[in-house]
Amino acid sequence: MADVITYREAVAEGIAREMRRDASVVCLGEDIGAAGGVFKTTAGLHEEFGPERVWDTPISEQAIVGAAMGAAMTGMRPVAEIMFSDFLACCWDYLANEIPKVRYMTGGQVTVPLVVRTANGGGLGFGAQHSQATENWALTVPGLKIAAPSTPADVVGMMAAAIRSDDPVVFFEHKGLLASKGAPPPPDHVVALGRAAVVREGADVTLVALASMVPVALTAAERLAEEGIGTEVVDLRSLVPLDTATVLASLGRTSRLVVVEENPYQGGWGATLVSVVADEGFGLLDAPVRRVAGECVPLPFADALEEQVIPTVDKVVAAVRSLAAY
Amino acid sequence: MDTAELLALYEQMALIRRTEKAAHDLFLQGLVKGTTHLAAGHEAIAVGAGAALRDDDYVFATYRGHHHALARGATPEECLAELMQRATGLCRAKGGSMHLTKAAVNMLGSYAIVGAHLPMAVGAAWSARLRGTGQLAVAFFGDGATNIGAFHEALNLAAVWKLPVLFVCENNLYMEYTPIADVTAVPRPAADRASAYGIPGEAVDGNDVVLVQEAVARLARRARAGDGPAVLEAETYRHFGHSRTDPAAYRPAEEVERWLKHDPLDLARGRLVEAGVPEERLTEADERARDVVQQAVDAAKNAPAPDPREAFTDVWADGGAAWRT
Repeated sequence: MADVITYREAVAEGIAREMRRDASVVCLGEDIGAAGGVFKTTAGLHEEFGPERVWDTPISEQAIVGAAMGAAMTGMRPVAEIMFSDFLACCWDYLANEIPKVRYMTGGQVTVPLVVRTANGGGLGFGAQHSQATENWALTVPGLKIAAPSTPADVVGMMAAAIRSDDPVVFFEHKGLLASKGAPPPPDHVVALGRAAVVREGADVTLVALASMVPVALTAAERLAEEGIGTEVVDLRSLVPLDTATVLASLGRTSRLVVVEENPYQGGWGATLVSVVADEGFGLLDAPVRRVAGECVPLPFADALEEQVIPTVDKVVAAVRSLAAY
Repeated sequence: MDTAELLALYEQMALIRRTEKAAHDLFLQGLVKGTTHLAAGHEAIAVGAGAALRDDDYVFATYRGHHHALARGATPEECLAELMQRATGLCRAKGGSMHLTKAAVNMLGSYAIVGAHLPMAVGAAWSARLRGTGQLAVAFFGDGATNIGAFHEALNLAAVWKLPVLFVCENNLYMEYTPIADVTAVPRPAADRASAYGIPGEAVDGNDVVLVQEAVARLARRARAGDGPAVLEAETYRHFGHSRTDPAAYRPAEEVERWLKHDPLDLARGRLVEAGVPEERLTEADERARDVVQQAVDAAKNAPAPDPREAFTDVWADGGAAWRT
């Protein structure tokens, strides 16, 4: 394997590794076969595994996710692609009412081991219906696990954990990170869901981020270091299970918290995390908590407008700086 | 169909009818909570189709699914205990009337969002094909589901992938409170749409258990041979309203009378008497069904409520419900 791998290549690599080790893993989605996916995140799978394991579907989001559910209930481990995460709304019944409820309402009789993969988030100028960070939609539904990796190695490791999970996982691949590069993961690399990573150590402020906001947070931390502010950056990696223990432990070292979310402030995952901190970690805090989040407007098209709406390095630096001086 | 087989199907229908009557009575006594969507009148579809299926075929049903659970092997006792919120219920009192499920016999659930289970049945059929098992998946649904997007997405995907799945519509003429004909562009809401997906669409008298069995057996053979899905529209009638809050006063008296005279149990009974089965034999079957259901009611009444801790189990495969690590 090459010295570096892109996030985009890591998606296909992560799926391929699981398909090689487990014949019950099959893929379905729009344009995922010979075309290799509109983001090329399934490139090579059709060639290696053939049309009996990599299935092109019509533009039918309900059928894609509904069929994945039926297959998962009957012995397969399907990996379904919903091209843009905005389109999860087209099959929301399956994600809100069917998949996460069936185990519970049947008294534990039915297992649904499936993965719904989707390209999430902004930064590419796709406009209001192809740019949303929608992980919060899934967060409101008990019964779904939620993965949102930020590095190629985590994509591979978390894909392994997601496909091997006996529970349903919604796997958010960030569009803005597809071309980013990182170290290739070693063989049999698995990153358990629910384990946050401290990706930079620092003594003054804890910065918690997810997916595309992790590199934003790291860049901000670099700049803050020049000002003498030590920023600890926590990559949450998954929202369910939520690793509140790692966040509370980091706060024990820094006593200050900033959360960086691409999604709108209204109803964002940061609100849940911050409420846990207020509930259980209030005594650890020496300053108020801050949330740097998307604005409550639809994502605009122009770069100059989008920058106004989603978190940027400048916004994060300003938030951390204000807390460091508190 | 030989007489012995038809007699067995009659007994199954009698048991379902008795169970539905018990559910109705228990609801009026305040012992069944929430709501019920009774299937009295629809018995021939579940029983006739069931007789044409293999034991390992998959069945998906709707919120009006008591008859499908019973026809596939759930007992009256576990169904009634579920409706009465008992720990011994089919879904351990976590599902209720609208979600009767018995995975051990591949009755893979009753779904309360109209039409949602049709793509699931397509997925189960896809899985059967991938695993090479020769299993079939059957989705039972009401006429109202035919105007849902998932119905059309499911039929198309099943057709283009040529999957072994049967779509069986229980057309009881009413989409909840509204005549299906008032809100649908074609006379046969399910069968007439099949041609749009290049698959067979047939209609059958859904109150005649023999005709249902024959139609499902024929379409099942075809699907198992690799010829793909089909739609079967079985015409039937609800004896009760849509749900417990609906007295169904909107139905013309002469229509109700006509359909009650076309009762699936009476039809089967007539066929059996014609074939020489003595009336006493059928009366015995009715009495046996009544006794089994009475014992089920008594057992369910005496069963305990679920342990309150059960509210926090079964979200995840490890049995738990934790959202944090």
